[in-house]
Amino acid sequence: MTAVVALDSLLDTRRVWRGQAITSRTAVQPTGNATLDEFLPGGGWPESAISEFLVAATGIGELNLLWPTLARLTTAGERVVLVTPPHRPYPQAWLAAGVDLRWLTIIQAKGRDALWAAEQCLRSGSCAAVLCWPQQADDRALRRLQIAAESGQTLGFVYRSLHEANNPSPAALRLTIEAQPAQLRVIKCRGGLAPGQALPGSAWQ
Amino acid sequence: MLWACILLPQLAMDGILRHRDDAAAPLALLTGPPQRRVLQVVNAAARKLGLKPGQTLIAAQALTHDFATADYNPLMIERWQRFLAAWGYGYSAQVSLHYPRCLLLEVHSSLGLFGPWPRFETRLRKELTALGFRHRITLAPNPAAARILANAHDGLAVTDTATLHQALGVLPIERLGLPREVSTSLVRMGLRYLHQLLALPRDSLARRFPEEVLTQLDTLLGHRPLPLEFYRPPDVFDTRIELNFEVESHQALLFPLRRLTADLAAFLAGRDSGVQRFSLYLEHRTLPDSEVAVGLLSTEREPAMLFELTRGRLEHLQLPAPVLAVRLLACDLPAFTPAHQALFDERPQQNVPWEQLRERLRARLGDDAVVSLSARADHRPEYAWRESSLARTEPLPHVGLRPGWLLSTPQPLREEGLLTLTGPERIESGWWDGADARRDYYRVQTATGQQGWAFRALAGGPLLLHGWFA
Repeated sequence: MTAVVALDSLLDTRRVWRGQAITSRTAVQPTGNATLDEFLPGGGWPESAISEFLVAATGIGELNLLWPTLARLTTAGERVVLVTPPHRPYPQAWLAAGVDLRWLTIIQAKGRDALWAAEQCLRSGSCAAVLCWPQQADDRALRRLQIAAESGQTLGFVYRSLHEANNPSPAALRLTIEAQPAQLRVIKCRGGLAPGQALPGSAWQ
Repeated sequence: MLWACILLPQLAMDGILRHRDDAAAPLALLTGPPQRRVLQVVNAAARKLGLKPGQTLIAAQALTHDFATADYNPLMIERWQRFLAAWGYGYSAQVSLHYPRCLLLEVHSSLGLFGPWPRFETRLRKELTALGFRHRITLAPNPAAARILANAHDGLAVTDTATLHQALGVLPIERLGLPREVSTSLVRMGLRYLHQLLALPRDSLARRFPEEVLTQLDTLLGHRPLPLEFYRPPDVFDTRIELNFEVESHQALLFPLRRLTADLAAFLAGRDSGVQRFSLYLEHRTLPDSEVAVGLLSTEREPAMLFELTRGRLEHLQLPAPVLAVRLLACDLPAFTPAHQALFDERPQQNVPWEQLRERLRARLGDDAVVSLSARADHRPEYAWRESSLARTEPLPHVGLRPGWLLSTPQPLREEGLLTLTGPERIESGWWDGADARRDYYRVQTATGQQGWAFRALAGGPLLLHGWFA
């Protein structure tokens, strides 16, 4: 025991949860929205992990949250995969958001195949971000996705219904998006304390 | 140029022996009609029993019964020769089957890659022995001389013309590949060796003997080039494996499948091409063959990947009857361009390239499961997209705010509590192609706080939801 280990670095490894806010902002991807970056505990989307969006209903700005990130990734020539999106992406709107459609791929699959496809894409490491809309995803399936995202070092985004908020999930970041009033809450954030207050919809819609 | 001649003195016998367990057992190959079978070739053990080529089968059986027989099949010899030519193609770009039971390889240009000739020769011999073919190898500056030297020598390497003249000069006349009656009359004239023949004046030789004599002599000495037809690997890969029993499950088909795809990959590597489309045929006893068509989006030749993709498609197939044989046919072999990869990749764990991932997804989910999207210059939302990736993007008309999600079919929207945010925006188009659309679009907010894109046809009707501003 000759080496002196700084206490701060031990604390930063987060072996013990002490309830502090995240201070080191290294392994995150910026969201492209300064207010949102400021609001999220890590300062962005957690890298190589699953972020879960629990959405009250379609059409409340749930894509708006991600468009700046997708635009940044696709213009850099990185692939973004949508696994079983609920509707067809309207190309003009995605182009207007700055997404380069040449790097966008859509995978159509049903049921368990959709989870399999999402896991393959996350694990392969050849995609920068994978968005999926699983129909029935239990804790086990999400854990598989989380591990795949870790091994492939890929950003994973899972859209689920708001009803799932009470169920446990291994995702590194869980956000609820409510419609009335339009607001965003962090209900889980790995290694940090979720902020108590909500972000009003005007900041990101 | 330096030519190596690989003479295969027992091609027919070796081709059959390599499939047998005990190569030392007596074996005779038979030809002739069924009522008069004649021994064509016998191996050393059979010769020891007193069997000779040319003997009838009945005479041979009168001598002994302890020998095995097989058919002497010229087609098989042809096949083995092609097989060896394909093998030789790995060592030289110029492989010729000009002489029967013999391979001619131009090796001078290969020496840089395979080392000096003694080492190269050792390698050739080692591989031929491993393949189970007896052989004699000679090296000479021209192909005809190499072939003739192989008649009398094994392992002789001649690299310059002076030595070649010396080596050829002491060859007996009978071994020169001259027509039989010519060599007989030459020997009767007292000319036993080539150097004696060369000492004669050319004009008298030309007068007394047919034209081939001088031609053959000139070719041997390298004064006259020998036109050779070179072996070219076939343009089609077609291999069939006959199974030993009737196979009813996919699992049992995987082993022959792995062999077929590995063979295909080796074949493609030899040709430096790839494959984009191939078919696997499963042969049944009475039913027509089941076909498993494998189509890839880009050319590939990775054996593991070819196997995995074929397996993925095979598992979807329901076998109508037991399978007797498997055949893999690849007709179209386009050029293969390896994917460009940086030495220091930004993603350290990029273990599956995108192309491979895409093929894997398509193999399991179906060919149409993986699509790209691009915009079309059309105002009507249902015509504003296409499911393909375009290299160039066409100029798009300037449009207002559009929703991120587009519903495939417009749905009726309940109008209670609906709030119109913007609109109307009129879209009126398509009168020329029969899909006329005349609509007023509104951006609306529902009672639950969702923002949608809804329209009402100009002719009247309910408010229909066409998209979500997500």
